[in-house]
Amino acid sequence: MSRLFPFHGGVKTVRHKTESNQQPIAPGVLPGRLVVPLHQHVGASAKPMVQAGDRVLKGQRIGQAEGYISAAIHAPTSGVVTAVDLQPVPHPSGLSDLCVTIEADGEDRWLDREPVDYRRLHPSDLRNLVRHAGVVGLGGAVFPSAVKMNLSGHCERLEQLILNGAECEPWMTCDDVIMRERAAEIVAGIHILAHLLEPREVLVGIEDDKPEAIAAMTAACAGTDYQVRPVPTCYPSGGAKQLTKLLTGKEAPPKGRSTDIGVQCFNVATAYTIHRAINFGEPVISRVVTVTGHVNRPQNIDALLGTSFADLISQCGGYRDGVERLIMGGPMMGFALHSDAVPVTKATNCILVGGAEQLTPEQPVMPCIRCGACVDACPANLLPQQLYWFARAKEFDKARDHHVFGCIECGCCSYVCPSHIPLVQYYRYAKNEIWAREKEREKAELARQRHQARQERLEREKQEREAKLRQKAPPRAVAETGAEPTGREG
Amino acid sequence: MVIAILALSALAGASGLLLGFAAIRFKVEGNPMAEQIDAILPQTQCGQCGYVGCRSYAEAIAAGEAEIDLCPPGGANSVVALADLLGRDPPPRNAADGVEQPKMVAVIDEQRCIGCTLCIQACPVDAILGAAKHMHTVIARECTGCELCVAPCPVDCIQMTPVAETIMTWKWAYPGAAVRVAA
Repeated sequence: MSRLFPFHGGVKTVRHKTESNQQPIAPGVLPGRLVVPLHQHVGASAKPMVQAGDRVLKGQRIGQAEGYISAAIHAPTSGVVTAVDLQPVPHPSGLSDLCVTIEADGEDRWLDREPVDYRRLHPSDLRNLVRHAGVVGLGGAVFPSAVKMNLSGHCERLEQLILNGAECEPWMTCDDVIMRERAAEIVAGIHILAHLLEPREVLVGIEDDKPEAIAAMTAACAGTDYQVRPVPTCYPSGGAKQLTKLLTGKEAPPKGRSTDIGVQCFNVATAYTIHRAINFGEPVISRVVTVTGHVNRPQNIDALLGTSFADLISQCGGYRDGVERLIMGGPMMGFALHSDAVPVTKATNCILVGGAEQLTPEQPVMPCIRCGACVDACPANLLPQQLYWFARAKEFDKARDHHVFGCIECGCCSYVCPSHIPLVQYYRYAKNEIWAREKEREKAELARQRHQARQERLEREKQEREAKLRQKAPPRAVAETGAEPTGREG
Repeated sequence: MVIAILALSALAGASGLLLGFAAIRFKVEGNPMAEQIDAILPQTQCGQCGYVGCRSYAEAIAAGEAEIDLCPPGGANSVVALADLLGRDPPPRNAADGVEQPKMVAVIDEQRCIGCTLCIQACPVDAILGAAKHMHTVIARECTGCELCVAPCPVDCIQMTPVAETIMTWKWAYPGAAVRVAA
């Protein structure tokens, strides 16, 4: 047994995993209408490739990746595109975004799928296939995987490839069940990643409250040199940086990437989708979603992207009485939704329906008593209390100097705060403000340049006109008319 | 005595040469203070401060001729930043300041535009595209919302509209009451 390197802080939470992980993954019911957002990943939004009236087949690309950090979007079923317009999406703002609406024809007919032999492909072609299949990190961060599969320039050789199956968020079990049921496919995906990245060792980190998943993954990894490493149950061990520290003892510098220390980390569900994309030619059109909390039959559903939350909840027997709030993600890092008429996206790992037993009553926010509990809990080794003062006073420069961008928004500090101060909300606010001001500054700089260019142009035109006038008029005439030519310029 | 005079004269001469060399070699072009002030101003070039463009206002502040609270688009943030930079106390906000306006962008009603080019000449950042007797349009990305094009339009076809909030520009609000979730 290899040794572990515990990270600083973290909290023990109540697990609430058994509510949803006792049943096998249920296939999602094919809905009549699917609303597929074109921005389901970090980076640039995909460019729509279809318009209203087009017929599409299951797996057909309907959104093209725009720019390096972007991912493609595909039709989850066959049917007719009825609209490409703004529709509500799962986002804390409740705002709408560009979506492709597909009326399903019920045939669910696939496009011709082309499996490829990844061992014969050039690495860059393999990465392009992953990119065009729309593969993104399914742990919730939805960062395009093809970008993470390109090491050039970051490190010479990858030391460790880490597969993240920790799933530390309470209530959430989608990775747990996928490891139990699809371990062999996950390992097939790891083969592809290992072939491309050539790591010295492959580590699969799983929290020790998932013995079935550990057993299934250990069995599937038999005969390979991949090591399944159970890690203690401690939130947030599933954070990429925390799991890296836990398994390898290595920490990336504050502004560095994990590749700077020779580590790359992928979620287990992402490895599964890479396997489907390469060995079966199937793009990412569905994902396993945990529907749990205050619903009648909590379970995991393999839902088509674009299925509305309301459809999934009715598949789970509908809401129980006394629902107060709908959350996408877990209770620690998730956000409240404005409505259940929003589609499942690649980021939807969990739908948590909050009733009285899931939500504690609203607690009044008390002043900070400087107890330092947040400092002990912070897994990113930050000074949460200090950051709180700066964010509260809107001293964003100081917040930045104290590494507010190192905050992973895990919520441990808010969880332990005896004064119930919503600390994470302050850090999110500070980050947003800093980004917004940076963007504003860039825009102001552009306006300054344009204004300056205009002033210079006006000056040049004025001089040219004067020169022309001087040329036209004989020198004596200029002397007679005096200052007239310049007078007219004004 | 003589040695002392000679030594001091030599020292003075050497220092003078050094200073003279430094003055030429390390000469700073322009007014660095005005540049730092200009970097804080929002560059809308709207002239609401009474100066022609942000740069001349920055120069006036640097010369000590202007107050630092004359810039409505910059709002309270720029006043505080300027006060920090210049080591002055931020002037008290007067009642006439009012609420800060949302960001605006000019929109030309293209049906009504007669193509007179007056707005093009008024735009300080060349954000209006068009030609004589042809329809004009605003490049929304470049528009600073300065409103200088609204007044010259003879047919009143330019409207200032607030910039719509999108998912990309949405921000978390300053924390208020919070709900905690049991885990």
